[in-house]
Amino acid sequence: MRKIKYILQKEFIQVFRDKTMLPMILGVPIIQLVILVHAATLEMKSIDMYVIDKDLSSMSHKLINKFDGSPFYNINGVSFSLDKALETLEKNKTDVIVQIPYGFERDLIRENETEVQLLIDGINGTTASLINAYSSAVISGFNRNIMVDLTQMPSVANLEPINIETTYWYNPELNYKIYMLPGILVILVTMISMFLTAMNIVREKEVGTIEQLNVTPIKKFEFIVGKLLPFMVIALFELAFGLAIGKFFFHIPIVGSLGLLFGFTVVYLMVVLGIGLFISTISSTQQQVMFIAFFFMLVFILMSGIFTATESMPPWAQKVNIINPFYYFMRVIRMILLKGSGFRDISYEFFSLLIYGTIMLSLAVWKYRKVA
Amino acid sequence: MSNAQGHIVSVKGLKKTYDSVEAVKGIDFSVSKDELFGLIGPDGAGKTTIFRILTTLMFPTEGSANIMDLNVVSDYKKIRNHLGYMPQRFSLYQDLTVEENLEFFARIFGTTIEENYSLIKDIYVQIEPFKTRKAGKLSGGMKQKLALSCALIHSPEILILDEPTTGVDAVSRKEFWEMLIRLKEKGITILVSTPYMDEANLCGRVALIQNGEIMSIDTPQKIIENFGRKLWAIKSDNIYQLIQDLKTDNRIHTVFPFGEYLHITVKPGYDDLKGLAPELNRMGHSGVKIQEIEANIEDCFMELMQ
Repeated sequence: MRKIKYILQKEFIQVFRDKTMLPMILGVPIIQLVILVHAATLEMKSIDMYVIDKDLSSMSHKLINKFDGSPFYNINGVSFSLDKALETLEKNKTDVIVQIPYGFERDLIRENETEVQLLIDGINGTTASLINAYSSAVISGFNRNIMVDLTQMPSVANLEPINIETTYWYNPELNYKIYMLPGILVILVTMISMFLTAMNIVREKEVGTIEQLNVTPIKKFEFIVGKLLPFMVIALFELAFGLAIGKFFFHIPIVGSLGLLFGFTVVYLMVVLGIGLFISTISSTQQQVMFIAFFFMLVFILMSGIFTATESMPPWAQKVNIINPFYYFMRVIRMILLKGSGFRDISYEFFSLLIYGTIMLSLAVWKYRKVA
Repeated sequence: MSNAQGHIVSVKGLKKTYDSVEAVKGIDFSVSKDELFGLIGPDGAGKTTIFRILTTLMFPTEGSANIMDLNVVSDYKKIRNHLGYMPQRFSLYQDLTVEENLEFFARIFGTTIEENYSLIKDIYVQIEPFKTRKAGKLSGGMKQKLALSCALIHSPEILILDEPTTGVDAVSRKEFWEMLIRLKEKGITILVSTPYMDEANLCGRVALIQNGEIMSIDTPQKIIENFGRKLWAIKSDNIYQLIQDLKTDNRIHTVFPFGEYLHITVKPGYDDLKGLAPELNRMGHSGVKIQEIEANIEDCFMELMQ
């Protein structure tokens, strides 16, 4: 057991002597969190709108003012020509064109109905549907108000028999940052631990020091513990560091128990380090490690539910997620931080990862024996 | 802890096959305690493979190898405590300092530098002034001394060195062999491989190895005595033409270039070469010199390769 101490000592000397290591451990979380949390947002701001108002009535003005007054819209052009409007759409200067036909006000008063056309740039499906939703909301709000104006009744809206009030639990303002930050933390912790573990062992292979170690009486278990423990410590430090940034700069709520979160992370890291160790046993150069690890990271991240709800994925994809460690941690970190879930609530994920980690580590250790 | 014959290393019928290539083709040899045993052979002869099997880094395909009566396959864990191994490629931690490397290897063998300092003292004092320097920043000769120190720090009974002098300058090579001889005197059994024939004379016993087979095992003196032919060194101003002419001469058995001379042996019955020089002069050679010489290990090696 005492030998583990010397292996650990050696590993830490090497980690901190590596000039790229400290900037990576401290710089990466700051950059990732600060940039990604701000950049990777699904909120739409400054939607560029082009207006074609063929009616030029007080009603059509009211509608346009509704858009103009909203913080989300930015009217960047007005004309009567659809061609001109489409031209700006093609040049990517406009996100949506609203076309108000001639006789808009007249039809509205006489026939109680009229039409408005929205032409939305559909290049990015997500933004298109968001613009559609926002614009529809603006128009239906306008709709309710004109009912009041036209019927001269106190307020039809207040006459609605059922008043729907929506409250979003755990994130009442639907603050996107609060949702994204824990997800990015998961990626960060995983990336650091998986890459560093796999790279470290393969480097010993590349340099040839693994030969020199293999002729010593170090036991396999001592070697592996000595190799994995430093990266577990570094990964846990990353998590703490990232949480601190989240707390002080983004004011994310930490509702649940930090002890539980870190305990769960240790189990999660068993899986990730196991995968890292496994990758290192099947590769012989750092380049191979990069490619294999990158492949898994990409698939796992996109399927993890960081951007999209995993429940809306096709059934086969949900089955694939059973072997996706990100999927478990992504859920659990949000549950603990935002909801304050206790051990009972995350026990399914906890035990799943415990089994997964045991399998992964045994597989890696078994494979390592054959190589050594 | 050696067997009945006093052998500390014994190898029997050792074979190693990589896919379809036979790297080691069934060899036998044994090494006694306190011997300095050399494996001499060109690149690709199988020296490294044999050493990797002996150091338990690789399993043999067939045959067996025992070190101090411990089998390299079944008792590999025990063997590792008794072995010091210096691989061909420098394989210490380049980003650790000289002292840290030594300390690390001492510790994982469960010992300390102080405990075995006497053994490495002669070697380590030469690099001690640089002990805070990173191993990667050392010169070739110093790296080699550090590697040897690290291989010795746990006071092994057997030291296995794979081509330790390849790529090292002549002075450092000489120094290195002097260190090995001193270690042998301290009671360490040493197995060393080298492609340099001149180093064979420094070994107690050598095995000449070629294409995975041992051609001869004996003391360097015996191997030379067993050469059994007369040997001449010959040169002329046009050495290339001389090779061509001698090769087509049916009295000549072998011709090998050797520095500025050619070493030749003759077929039985043609031992008298007095007439050769005038003959060559008639064929247009100038500056012909012929003298009878003593064979060296390389001549023996070339002869055995025939």
